[in-house]
Amino acid sequence: MAGELVDERRSLQPVVSDLGLGGQRRRAWSWIIGLGALLALGVLLGVGVGAVAIGPGTVMRIIGHHLVGMPGEMTWSRPQDAIVWQVRLPRVILGACVGAGLAVCGAALQAMVRNLLADPYLLGINSGASSGAAAAILFGVGAGFGENALPFSAFLGALAAGFLVFLIARSGGRVTSVRLLLAGVAVGYALYALTSFLIFASDSAEGSRSVMFWLLGSLGLARWGTSISVVVAVVVLTVGLVTLWGRRLDALAIGDETAHTLGISPDRFRTRLLVLVSLCIGVLVAASGSIGFVGLVVPHLARRLVGATHSRAVPVAALLGAIFLIAADAIARTLLQPQELPIGIITSLVGAPFLLVLIRRLHATSA
Amino acid sequence: MIEAQGLHFAYGKTPVVDDVSITARTGRVLGLIGPNGSGKTTLLRLLYGSLRPSAGAVSVDGRPLERLTARETAQHLAVVVQENGGETTMTVAEMVLLGRGPHLGNFSRTSTHDEEIAWTALQRVGALHLASRSFAGLSGGEKQRVLIARALTQQASHLLLDEPTNHLDIRYQHEILALVAELETSVVVVLHDLNLAARYCDDLVLLENGRLAGAGDADEVIDSDLIERVYGIGVERIEHRGQNHLIFSPRR
Repeated sequence: MAGELVDERRSLQPVVSDLGLGGQRRRAWSWIIGLGALLALGVLLGVGVGAVAIGPGTVMRIIGHHLVGMPGEMTWSRPQDAIVWQVRLPRVILGACVGAGLAVCGAALQAMVRNLLADPYLLGINSGASSGAAAAILFGVGAGFGENALPFSAFLGALAAGFLVFLIARSGGRVTSVRLLLAGVAVGYALYALTSFLIFASDSAEGSRSVMFWLLGSLGLARWGTSISVVVAVVVLTVGLVTLWGRRLDALAIGDETAHTLGISPDRFRTRLLVLVSLCIGVLVAASGSIGFVGLVVPHLARRLVGATHSRAVPVAALLGAIFLIAADAIARTLLQPQELPIGIITSLVGAPFLLVLIRRLHATSA
Repeated sequence: MIEAQGLHFAYGKTPVVDDVSITARTGRVLGLIGPNGSGKTTLLRLLYGSLRPSAGAVSVDGRPLERLTARETAQHLAVVVQENGGETTMTVAEMVLLGRGPHLGNFSRTSTHDEEIAWTALQRVGALHLASRSFAGLSGGEKQRVLIARALTQQASHLLLDEPTNHLDIRYQHEILALVAELETSVVVVLHDLNLAARYCDDLVLLENGRLAGAGDADEVIDSDLIERVYGIGVERIEHRGQNHLIFSPRR
């Protein structure tokens, strides 16, 4: 058998290419570069499509004009300028950030609770945000914050839900994956019920429509300002940290005992991850509502492309998530023009069959 | 050397490990044996700090275990536990490289040097040809080899194993233990099978209801009267080609 073959080579120097890691790394880098280019293209096209179509060349010139003053002369109309710079660009950037953030949080949670079906909404954080948003829309909670009342009260709801899940899941200083899962599901259902109750109790048709819109998600709130800078900062922080924590996530995904024996304290690490993910999801849901399936499906796709090692799968998932959400938003805006569809409908319509295909493949390879 | 002094541990009110003191001597293979529920695995987990004793202390190479950080512990103790990797799609090489974690900075990446260590470990356990395969697709015996390679990659002075022969065919049971016994590191291994323990361990610790029922040279602990009393089954010890063998017969 192979045992004898190996014995003959015992005196040889290590040949690290035997490990087959170089090929995987090259593949990961090509995917990252390719997807990065696709994302740039996606931004240009995503800004271009809509009720008024604008060519990518014009889009590029308008963005260049505002960012670096090149070209200095305006060869396009004022309305075009306003549509690209004031309306669509912030929306596309928000979409890219939400997609990347959801995908990365999904990947982190799947490793953290060791469940392939985990998604960012597993912890009930989105239900908390929806309750907060519903309270703001229907009863004017947080009206003192002016135009930021809605995202702010949604964010407060998200943080409250995350904190509640954490309190329930933590007992005796330990946060186990099973307890985390159960606490998240329980809090999620309770807050979903609360949101539905608020809709019924308010008796306002207009208000319940906007709550529905919130539950299904939308990028319609995007505009330049504090909230989008917060989203960008938090998503960049989350993607960076989760990528750098890749090796620990790899170990944690195998099991708590394994993580422990590899020098990682599983409880402490899970707590840190939970804080980061709650913060990120809270900010995202406050900005865009609950957009389903991105955080569930995209991490699986990334793992199929570049393997399970998190330091590679996480950046790829971030890029894929960003591209996917820009595309989904473009479809949501244009499919039933002039009406705009909630983006959650598109992501679920595309995501669900995709998940079924992945499940079939999964069984085929593991059996 | 691992020294444990007067260890106590209880789940709730039921004591699982009760006043156990043992020493795992450098360069030797220490086997932990005992009937189901006698506290073998719990004792092992106390030795590598996954559980904290309610009384007593463990020291590793003269340093108290509770003063070591998780990372420092992993630099001294490499452990092969009964976790099979779940649904991971990592390759064997990636799995083995995780063993370098305790030696790397929080955010630093593995270097060529780390990969050479992983290569050597895989070659040592005869699993180099599996390097680029998916870990999840391996057989039980192959997985055990890879996990041992990962433990070797940690370059710790001690190797601890929790029933590494579980679910393996007889040939692989012997292959794995022969491999472990050949290693230069000090080994502590939980074993179910007394004949395997008699053959591959230098020293043995026999547990009964969480207490020490016997400890010392494997030759002394594999004593038919002692085993018969602790396990509650008729035992006859025979010597065949210089090896002790136990033959069991249910009591009437």
